[in-house]
Amino acid sequence: MQIEQFLERSAVRFPDKTALVCGTERLTYAEISQMANRLANALIARGVRRGDRVAVCLDSCSEAVISIFAILKAGAIFTVLDHTIKSDGLRHIVNDCSATSLVISADKLRDVEVALEQAPCLGSVCVAGVSADLPEHQRLRFFSFDQTIKGSEFGADAPRKQCMDSDLAALIYTSGTTGRPKGVMLTHLNMFAASESVISYLENDPSDVILNVLRLSYSYGLYQVLTGFSVGGTVILERSLAYPYLLLDLIKRERVTAFPLVPTIAAMLLQFDLNRHDLSSLRYITSAGAALPVSHAQLLRKWLPRARLFIMYGQTECKRISYLPPEQLDSRPNSVGIAIPNEEVFIVDEAGHPVGPGVVGELVVRGPHVMQGYWGLPEETARALRPGPVRGERVLYTGDLFTMDEEGYLYFVARKDDIIKTRGEKVSPREIEDVLSAIEGLLEVAVVGVPDDVFGHSIKAVVTLRDGFSISAQEIQRHCAMHLEDFKVPRYVEFRTSLPKTDRGKIDRREIRHPLEARA
Amino acid sequence: MEQIERDLRQFVIENFLYGDTGKHFANDDSFLEKGLIDSMSIVTLVAHIQQRYAVHLTNEELTPENLDSVCRLAGFVQGKIGKAK
Repeated sequence: MQIEQFLERSAVRFPDKTALVCGTERLTYAEISQMANRLANALIARGVRRGDRVAVCLDSCSEAVISIFAILKAGAIFTVLDHTIKSDGLRHIVNDCSATSLVISADKLRDVEVALEQAPCLGSVCVAGVSADLPEHQRLRFFSFDQTIKGSEFGADAPRKQCMDSDLAALIYTSGTTGRPKGVMLTHLNMFAASESVISYLENDPSDVILNVLRLSYSYGLYQVLTGFSVGGTVILERSLAYPYLLLDLIKRERVTAFPLVPTIAAMLLQFDLNRHDLSSLRYITSAGAALPVSHAQLLRKWLPRARLFIMYGQTECKRISYLPPEQLDSRPNSVGIAIPNEEVFIVDEAGHPVGPGVVGELVVRGPHVMQGYWGLPEETARALRPGPVRGERVLYTGDLFTMDEEGYLYFVARKDDIIKTRGEKVSPREIEDVLSAIEGLLEVAVVGVPDDVFGHSIKAVVTLRDGFSISAQEIQRHCAMHLEDFKVPRYVEFRTSLPKTDRGKIDRREIRHPLEARA
Repeated sequence: MEQIERDLRQFVIENFLYGDTGKHFANDDSFLEKGLIDSMSIVTLVAHIQQRYAVHLTNEELTPENLDSVCRLAGFVQGKIGKAK
């Protein structure tokens, strides 16, 4: 099964059913399928070939969904970028994966045009939100998304299939310890296996209406569309959480059955009196991305007694690892649950040997959903994917420390590295430190996460200044905002006269972090 | 009203654009569509309005019609102050 078939199958079974709702726009499966076919044919006509990488830099909108399926239909590999990405980040990813084509909004294009000049592999750029007046360029071929999907220049029939399910379908960029985001390589088979497993325990079916407020660049958000389309359900994309009241109204109006959350969203919603809203259509809520505080889980269950609450844990490298069956919430409130269907997990010591119940070790994942590696990073791949119990197979070393009880329930202990989880997303301190280091006047920099009731962790930059320099926290944040996605900009900046060092003379993030955590 | 607009514009620049006066936006531009502030920033914005203008916002009032541009914000705050008097 190839991922674009999720759409194609549902377009045959439910052609006139609403597949996607974005604001006032409602599209049926047949409409999306035809538009994706036209765009796929246009991409092929502009040189996109099987196995090419095509980047998508759009907000959560129908154009993004159509693009993802069009890229797959063209036999290419999609990678969705965060819409708040800046020129540096976009250039890095487009060059890292040698993307040959890019789909981007007209607004964003204006911000990142410089980066495109420095992306030699890029051949064509599809611009959404314009019908004409596209920029002219010697090398790049610009074309209009809107004209392509609505016009008759390209056929509405699907292009001939060229791929098989062991071909790559997606690169999902995720933060790594080395700084720059790395591309997680996923085949059609990986994504199909992950989708099927999730669908089986959530018991998704065509009657589901999934409200997705998560970004499509984020694995958890992307899979809402994939699983929703796979079962022939309806997916509602909501770009903003700024107005939770409207979100609650939307649940009532659209009779939403499924609401995936990260703990930050749960914290925001719990500021409302949920009893005053008709949320009776909700069949389940899921929470992933970070640990949901037990008190929040209890409140959600109290206020939404008819909705089943699934606590889940996963990594982009394999999408999902565990889920806690809702009936276990009372007896195991601190567990992230058991292995998902069609997966095996075990805990190992430093030497890679399995440990017994209750013993802390690294979590290892085995299954058909495990990634193929990191794009262009053989050493990092070799660290994450190592030989498994079956000869020739590779299993995923997660870098997360866990214990497991005798019945197979998992309990998170800590990360092995310094990755920060904020708003449910992984952020590399090193990536932010690299950006900070470019500021003239900063002598030393360290980035740490500090506990935050809403964000899980907030990002804090701790810095020292060079003699004779004066620089404000706001200037430091502004510099970061020019180079990093919004969620990576430090919320706090602390100035110190010196930073603690390890015995080897390196800045000791752990020493900086622990007193902060103790104070919080 | 003009004074409130000026104050609110300044607050947005200082807190959400980190003092970057080079980023052009009109007072009637949508914060969200322009990517000027994200979802989380609204919480900060509401806290500021309540404190600075001594008004109370109900959950039902947290809508884009009231809050999603400098003009809308200023008009909304002006109305709240008027009612409070």
